[in-house]
Amino acid sequence: MPAVSKGDGMRGLAVFISDIRNCKSKEAEIKRINKELANIRSKFKGDKALDGYSKKKYVCKLLFIFLLGHDIDFGHMEAVNLLSSNKYTEKQIGYLFISVLVNSNSELIRLINNAIKNDLSSRNPTFMCLALHCIANVGSREMAEAFAGEIPRILVAGDTMDSVKQSAALCLLRLYKASPDLVLMGEWTSRVVHLLNDQHMGVVTAAISLITCLSSKNPDEFKTCVSLAVSRLSRIVSSASTDLQDYTYYFVPAPWLSCKLLRLLQCYPPPEDGAVKGRLVECLETILNKAQEPPKSKKVQHSNAKNAILFEAISLIIHYDSEPNLLVRACNQLGQFLQHRETNLRYLALESMCTLASSEFSHEAVKTHIETVINALKTERDVSVRQRAADLLYAMCDRSNAKQIVAEMLSYLETADYSIREEMVLKVAILAEKYAVDYSWYVDTILNLIRIAGDYVSEEVWYRVIQIVINRDDVQGYAAKTVFEALQAPACHENMVKVGGYILGEFGNLIAGDPRSSPLVQFNLLHSKFHLCSVPTRALLLSAYIKFINLFPETKATIQEVLRSDSQIRNSDVELQQRAVEYLKLSSIASTDVLATVLEEMPPFPERESSILAKLKKKKGPGAVSVELEDGKERGELNGGGDRGGDAAIAASNASTPSPSADLLGLRSTAPVSGTTPSAGSLLVDVFSEAGPSATSAGVNDDGFLSSAPPTVASEDPAPPLPESDELLNKFVCKNNGVLFENQLLQIGIKSEYRQNLGRMYLFYGNKTSVQFVSFNTTVSCPGELQSHILQCICTHTHTLLNVQTKTVEPLVEGGAQVQQVINIECLTDFIDAPLLNIKFRYGGALQNISLKLPVTINKFFQPTEMAAADFFQRWKQLSQPQQEAQKIFKASHGMDTEVLKAKLLGLGTALLENVDPNPENYVCAGVIQTKAQQVGCLLRLEPNAQAQMYRLTLRSSKDTVSQRVCDLLAEQF
Amino acid sequence: ITFLTLNFLSSPAIQIRFILIQNRAGKTRLAKWYMQFDDDEKQKLIEEVHAVVTVRDAKHTNFVEVRLYACLSCLQFRNFKIIYRRYAGLYFCICVDVTDNNLAYLEGIHNFVEVLNEYFHNVCELDLVFNFYKVYTVVDEMFLAGEIRETSQTKVLKQLLMLQSLE
Repeated sequence: MPAVSKGDGMRGLAVFISDIRNCKSKEAEIKRINKELANIRSKFKGDKALDGYSKKKYVCKLLFIFLLGHDIDFGHMEAVNLLSSNKYTEKQIGYLFISVLVNSNSELIRLINNAIKNDLSSRNPTFMCLALHCIANVGSREMAEAFAGEIPRILVAGDTMDSVKQSAALCLLRLYKASPDLVLMGEWTSRVVHLLNDQHMGVVTAAISLITCLSSKNPDEFKTCVSLAVSRLSRIVSSASTDLQDYTYYFVPAPWLSCKLLRLLQCYPPPEDGAVKGRLVECLETILNKAQEPPKSKKVQHSNAKNAILFEAISLIIHYDSEPNLLVRACNQLGQFLQHRETNLRYLALESMCTLASSEFSHEAVKTHIETVINALKTERDVSVRQRAADLLYAMCDRSNAKQIVAEMLSYLETADYSIREEMVLKVAILAEKYAVDYSWYVDTILNLIRIAGDYVSEEVWYRVIQIVINRDDVQGYAAKTVFEALQAPACHENMVKVGGYILGEFGNLIAGDPRSSPLVQFNLLHSKFHLCSVPTRALLLSAYIKFINLFPETKATIQEVLRSDSQIRNSDVELQQRAVEYLKLSSIASTDVLATVLEEMPPFPERESSILAKLKKKKGPGAVSVELEDGKERGELNGGGDRGGDAAIAASNASTPSPSADLLGLRSTAPVSGTTPSAGSLLVDVFSEAGPSATSAGVNDDGFLSSAPPTVASEDPAPPLPESDELLNKFVCKNNGVLFENQLLQIGIKSEYRQNLGRMYLFYGNKTSVQFVSFNTTVSCPGELQSHILQCICTHTHTLLNVQTKTVEPLVEGGAQVQQVINIECLTDFIDAPLLNIKFRYGGALQNISLKLPVTINKFFQPTEMAAADFFQRWKQLSQPQQEAQKIFKASHGMDTEVLKAKLLGLGTALLENVDPNPENYVCAGVIQTKAQQVGCLLRLEPNAQAQMYRLTLRSSKDTVSQRVCDLLAEQF
Repeated sequence: ITFLTLNFLSSPAIQIRFILIQNRAGKTRLAKWYMQFDDDEKQKLIEEVHAVVTVRDAKHTNFVEVRLYACLSCLQFRNFKIIYRRYAGLYFCICVDVTDNNLAYLEGIHNFVEVLNEYFHNVCELDLVFNFYKVYTVVDEMFLAGEIRETSQTKVLKQLLMLQSLE
């Protein structure tokens, strides 16, 4: 039996370590270390050449000092010298020092590589392994350059020792992962696959990691590994518990190798060859059978090893998702584990079942365990187990059990750990929406959520309930009644006040008939919360008040008095003061018609992906959310809203004031751009009287106020943007000039220039026909423009995202002629949606109506910023919060030519920084987006992978919306 | 910084990010890193791991999911899991991807501990302190490049014995 005594071999080291351990204070330790460092330094500098033993001892001491957390700035050369020693113990310390301490760009790398090279060709297996382990531990590019060719040869050579093969396989894996471009596939690759057949199980264990990695990147080249893996697995699974001798662990034959084989198979679809598949299914059945056999040992090691294989087998079964019988058996097995006394097994069973729930074959089987899972949610001591139970409930939820699951999750929320509350809230909100059959249940659920876990209800959740209430007129009355009741509670959460304020402002009239909730009662109730709320909520309440004036003229005097009070009209907060002033003026100056139009009920929100689902996805990372909103039919009913739709709604309903600056973004969702909010269009027309009368929305409010706009002339509405307009927009992200649009009649060219936050765009409209265009008229509208125009009428203050000034063009365009239009653009704050350009003219009597997106994107306002590598990385680190980063991994849709890539990145407007990224294949850029409101610094990193034809693009900026938008825009360019 | 990270992220290949042995007071007895971390990041990881594992007891699982800022080469936050087992006053922790096989690594730890126990003849914390440079050799025999290299205790011990006999 080998046994090692304390510090055997190096007495001086043992004494030093003892001394350090005996130090009573940090100061004493530092003193002792400094003494030792001085001693070592003098020895290294001394005239007397040190023998190998002393060198080894001192280098080892330095290493120990380094591992204690102290800097070491000498001794590297002595360590490198040790590499060429003939003695194993000296060589080992040398390699260890280098693995731990020498970074890749050290000047010593040439010397080190030289020593490694000698050891690799020494034919001494011990030395070869030391050298290979050093390469595997350091894994630098320099080492890959030096040895990526040599190691495959060692790996597949017939006379290489088994232990060297093991090290070579994993060493190569490390180099392949670090520098895939340097590890060239070749003749060795096919021979590597056959290592799966090697007699030595250790060689198979090591080689399979390499093969799995290579297969996942080049599945076709390595697909012969499938049948080899199946037959190897089959031999292991069918062997008796003692057959494999050294590789049997607590009566389980080769558990780790089995797991690795099962994992390798998960890189591939089920085997096509019937015989191979039959053999594999047999293996999987045997593994499931063994789980039912009585254990061969009571030791936990035995059951863990056995279950490690079982869980990996179940992963493979789920991966195939094609064998109903196996899926259901897997589910039953996991069901048993759900009540196992081992916490580990309960946890893993819940986790594994979560993926089974998404398979159509096993979904029903998973559902039968609902009571056990609910029980786990209530009683498990380990929060991570409860978390898995909640995940599983979410995954197994469908129409049949939604009410039960949502109720259980809600009641769990009352005591849930803080760490998982926010996610639970999102899940409840999603399930409630997805499976809502009657919307009163939905409204109740969300209001309950706010009551129970108000702090954890993110904006997305309460925006969403408002979107749904606005889009569903059958639930509006109920919602108004319910929020009114909820607000009666003496202490209600601020989020409840927001929802209450919004809903009563829109639909308070629906419950105003009841004297217990008369307009004045409603108002007093809301206003009783006012003083306890934060500024944004107060701002929202002020908007609700002005809506009240419109809904209930009898409240006008009371509300005006509130608005007029010093605490409002002289509020130190600019936003509140402005709202109070504007609303007061609006309510006193505007006629009831104008008031009714301005404060009209919100139009339905455009349907989009549920913002909360998007949020959950973001929280969990891509691919982590298996439940999608169901079939389109249901989504149609629900009518989703934009990312920040709720806020947008408020902003638009305010009409006379911007929402708090952080929320300006929301304006984009109000979408006069979408061409679907006709009431907005009508206002624009009213104010400017440019064209004929335009559309109106639902017109009549319940209290009899008519919307001011006359009936619709549908054909004169700006057409919705052309389907290809996004594509056209993308063409101009990295360039400023070109042809924006062309059809048989018309060609539109663009020239544009940008400086800081200002831009000027020249549009050239060419008439390609020989016939006159008459009534030629163009309009540019942009998100938020509606608000700005209204604002200009009422006060002098405007806030929009982009300020666009258009000079009108002549109404006649002769055949073959070209007219020019100049557009001045000012970027006020960051924005997403491009302005819309609408062109209308008559050609031979027929009305032409074309809408395009004007290629103004946020990146146009980039100022390039040059910086050095150190600055770049420092800033990059500063922007390390998850929301500051946006990232996309995508397939290349064009060639990956370096010059083209560079030109595009420069066209983006950023500075292309050379010599910053250590990998010359990558690109990093920096720039500042100039808007009137602020400057947003932006860092970019693009990593092309020529082999996989993929890119990874990462954007970081101080503003999440900017990171995301620039990332989205740029990802379309390659 | 290499493109490796992308491959890495999509790779199903098993990969240990680091192995840590710490005592209850948080002193590190072994730190083996299989990814590039700078010194500050290492220190932060060591502290975080200590904070999450020491608060757990026998009723808890041996797995903890953690959200770590995953080093300069990844430049992003990711979820990992720490698989750990406590032996007397020492915590043996392995950090792997969330999709990796928990029980296989849990027993990987135990297999490693049994080898240390044989090699040092009833291993104790002090053995790891005084023979820190030999512990690295044991680790490299059993885990290399973040993968399992050898699982047979007999084979590993035979090799260690052979190395021990060398000068």
